[in-house]
Amino acid sequence: MTPTPSSSPFGRGRANPVIYLDHAATTPLDARVLKAMQPYFSDAYGNPSSFHTLGMRAKEAVTESRIRIAKLLNAHEDEILFTSGGTESDNMAVLGVPRYFAEKLRTQNSEPGTSGLPHVITSAIEHHAVLEPLIWLQRRKEIELTVVDVDRYGVVDSKVVAAAIKPTTVLISVMMANNEIGTIEPIADIGRALLKYRTLRQAQGMEKGTALPYFHTDACQATGFLEIDVEKLHVDLLTLNGSKIYGPKGVGALYVRRGVKFQALMIGGGQEKNLRSGTENVPAIVGLAKALELAQADRERESARLTELRDRLVKGLLAIPKTILNGHPTERLPNSANVSFIDIEGEAAVLYLDAEGVMASTGSACASASLDPSHVILATGLSYEAAHGSIRFTLGHSTTKKEVDYVLKIMPGIVERLRMMSPVNLDMKYFS
Amino acid sequence: MDPITKPTSEARKGDIVAPTKEKGWFYTDTVKEHFFHPKNFLDGEEGYGDAYMGMVGSPACGDAMKVWLRVEKGADGVERITEFKWKTFGCASAIASTSMLSVMVTENGGLPIEEALKLRPQDIMGRLGGLPARKVHCSVLGDKALRSAVNDYYRKSGQHEKIKVEAGRIIDKVLKITDHDIEEAVLEGADTLEKMRQRTKVGTGDPSCIPEVEQLIRFYKEKYFG
Repeated sequence: MTPTPSSSPFGRGRANPVIYLDHAATTPLDARVLKAMQPYFSDAYGNPSSFHTLGMRAKEAVTESRIRIAKLLNAHEDEILFTSGGTESDNMAVLGVPRYFAEKLRTQNSEPGTSGLPHVITSAIEHHAVLEPLIWLQRRKEIELTVVDVDRYGVVDSKVVAAAIKPTTVLISVMMANNEIGTIEPIADIGRALLKYRTLRQAQGMEKGTALPYFHTDACQATGFLEIDVEKLHVDLLTLNGSKIYGPKGVGALYVRRGVKFQALMIGGGQEKNLRSGTENVPAIVGLAKALELAQADRERESARLTELRDRLVKGLLAIPKTILNGHPTERLPNSANVSFIDIEGEAAVLYLDAEGVMASTGSACASASLDPSHVILATGLSYEAAHGSIRFTLGHSTTKKEVDYVLKIMPGIVERLRMMSPVNLDMKYFS
Repeated sequence: MDPITKPTSEARKGDIVAPTKEKGWFYTDTVKEHFFHPKNFLDGEEGYGDAYMGMVGSPACGDAMKVWLRVEKGADGVERITEFKWKTFGCASAIASTSMLSVMVTENGGLPIEEALKLRPQDIMGRLGGLPARKVHCSVLGDKALRSAVNDYYRKSGQHEKIKVEAGRIIDKVLKITDHDIEEAVLEGADTLEKMRQRTKVGTGDPSCIPEVEQLIRFYKEKYFG
């Protein structure tokens, strides 16, 4: 029973509707968000820095958005900075913090045995927007970097993070939930461990009033499903992104706790308290605030709905022989299912799915720029073979039970067909 | 027109563009046809125990291939490949390349072995209407698997003098990449280790060969461009 795919996957007719299961890549724009944004393209198009009426209207829109986002995060209005998206927010934190403290450490820390470099701790499964700039800084000998491992489910151990802290540690960056395998990280636990460490340091009179190391988390994937309360999480910096929560692309925000210092990336007109120069993207900022409000208001109901659909999908996929689940069985985002089909290659499976109207993604090397498969799946200890065969389905607003059942109907045939073509027949004892 | 990096306008139809690459990547209609409707793949190995078999690659590297041949000697004394069956673990490029190779060696009554051995990855890519530059490495296993199966035929038919392990010296033991392959890749512009790995995947399964690969890149760069 193998499916006969349509001859061209890329130009299907209306008869075969799109089943979009790649919401972790990006989400469509919510109509309500678009409506909120609309006035700021051609009517209230002023520059928020201008003193005239149109400028003031734009400024009000930005300020109002900032207040609304701050409220959702349990933060202060002046702690929200608008950026061009998740990557910029992550870069601001992981490049900006070590660079701000580099000079101070060079002159102060001449203790023997220390490198005098700012020390940063991160995890092996971070997004490239965190890992790559940190590796770049390390290569330039600007920081000392510790990358902590994860367990087989992709979970970071808060004790391991706490144990890695040194007197020179300026920043810890661990994502709230992983974009590839959906694993939810114990951010509040790490935050509490950090508070304990700081209190201890202060009690020892080592550093009066210091708040180092800072704690950053990338919440891009988590925003639609988890509570984002910076006080409960004990984070100092938090990355938000519009395009994963039915908001516009090209906009994000960085929460920066009062008193937290970092060196700006964008230098110019002094917008955003001189921490992020550049004319504010007013419609996108308005859209981000609206999207975040909608996401948080609907969070619990949508999480429950998607958890049920996700579990149905995972259960059905795991019924296919030689299939394993990537990520944590329960501590995962409600919308995320990631499995590896052993003996087949992911890109081929994604294109066969696409021919059936199903949009998914893969951690296979063949679909990436490098020749290595997903660093996230490899970090969980899975072999290269299994990483090459990984497929991610991420559910969203549009996902229905009917769609999940359709995927479950066609997937066994696709896997069967590709396995028929494959010379590989790995023993499952290596994957238990 | 170079089919590898400069696709024809025909090839651009149905483009998939990778988000982060300078060059777009896409599959031609011919690639898609061979990917979705692969020719000559072997479903089950029953009945092919006596065929001539060749194998190359490993799934850890992302590509692995196994081929089975049948050869007939005609009245003219020419040995032709009458059947070419295969199994491939790999992406769309790898599957389509193998499928196209199977068509090329068996069409028109079968290609004489001597001619089949002269087929190069570029010839397969040409027939496919080109492959995205970053997918070229997915197509290089076919001719190696073919060579390996032909050797099996020579061995079983007692023509030991014709067996060639490889056209050159094997550098990467897992992917069976030779110094000759490195030379060709340098000529095609892979003048750094990074570019070489993108093109040939050398060292993915056999990292111990990397220092030697670097040396060879330097050597051929100086030879041709120095």
